[in-house]
Amino acid sequence: MPSTRDIRRRIKSVKNTAQITKAMQMVAAAKMRRAQQAALVGRPYAQLLNEIMTEAAAHTIGFDHPLMQSRAGGKRAVIVVGTDRGLCGGLNSNLFREASKLDKNTTVFVTAGRKASQFVARTKRNLAAEFSFKDTPQFSEARAISKFAQDLFLKGDVDAVDILYPRFINTLMQQPQTVPFLPIGKLAAVTAGINAPKQELADSKGDEVFEFEPDEETVLGELLPHSLNFQMHQILLETKASEQSARMVAMKNATDNAKQIIKDLTLEYNKLRQANITKELLEITTAQMAVG
Amino acid sequence: MAATLKLEIVTPEAKIFSDDVEMVTLTGIDGEMGIYPTHMPLMTQLVACEVVARKGSENIFLAVGDGFVQITGGRVGILTDMAIRAENIDEVAAEQARQKAEARLAEKLSEEESATVHAALVHATTQLKVKQRHKK
Repeated sequence: MPSTRDIRRRIKSVKNTAQITKAMQMVAAAKMRRAQQAALVGRPYAQLLNEIMTEAAAHTIGFDHPLMQSRAGGKRAVIVVGTDRGLCGGLNSNLFREASKLDKNTTVFVTAGRKASQFVARTKRNLAAEFSFKDTPQFSEARAISKFAQDLFLKGDVDAVDILYPRFINTLMQQPQTVPFLPIGKLAAVTAGINAPKQELADSKGDEVFEFEPDEETVLGELLPHSLNFQMHQILLETKASEQSARMVAMKNATDNAKQIIKDLTLEYNKLRQANITKELLEITTAQMAVG
Repeated sequence: MAATLKLEIVTPEAKIFSDDVEMVTLTGIDGEMGIYPTHMPLMTQLVACEVVARKGSENIFLAVGDGFVQITGGRVGILTDMAIRAENIDEVAAEQARQKAEARLAEKLSEEESATVHAALVHATTQLKVKQRHKK
């Protein structure tokens, strides 16, 4: 049986924890709004990029870019986009569960975010490179990752590149998802960020004849790497939104739990206190009766 | 025949400009061009330059960075990494950015970093150029 002092001490410690988790919840909520906003503003850009890609692709039939070559080899690279910090519920563990399903021997890992590289190192997988990105992912950070992946692919070290990241569905739900990155098979629409329905590329109106300056190959040659960079950037933004949402929810649960524990402990404490008083009273009366 | 063109300028951060204009002047990779309504469909790369949009008697000037242009008969879509209206350019900030970028270029940089710094430098100098032209 713990003494009243022990219980009081525990209540105090749980209260402290609740305060911290509450603060983290607030911070995550504010950051979440910003991250979601950031992921949304890229949408008009993505739309226009899609349109241009569609047109360009429709007018360059038979055009073959090194980034579009599909090769038969089984080697592939996976870019795992995780978070830098923990305390965000099952976000990272779900992601890594997905990652551990991949074949250790034929897969090279590229990681973004500290947790992801720790996972790859811990499970002794093949790590090609690790990148980091800030709370507000910069385009240059995305470009670095995308460039590295393109180099790997062009050098022939790997035959395909996928991205594994926590897709943002809504504040309560994030789902690990693998999307193909390279080779660019069918020109797929750039994911337009949060909640956007994944648009398929519209069939181009073939009757419009486009001029290209200087020529199709050059324009498309510039366009492809750029759209890959942009896709990477969108994925980083989405990962951040997922991270902050997951953290907010996890911290809210923690705060609620702590409050419940405090309630239970207070009840126990009061019971114990009353039992002690009763016991003392009993002792006094018995003593009095014995004397009298 | 359409008398106006829809000019759209978008960057990854925002849609900077979207309006009906009568003429657009921009610099493509092969040189400067003026675009009137019912221009031939064209796709090209954009270099950092000043984009002029004429609407009525008024000219709207914008500084834009590198990107892509898609021109259809009634629409000009510009996809770029920077776009700012001439009147919104902060000359002091642009000058500072230019100096900082130049100082950084003098250092030894990795390929990746130097690309970023280069882009920043191009942004700043374009902004300055556009601003200075409109001071007169």
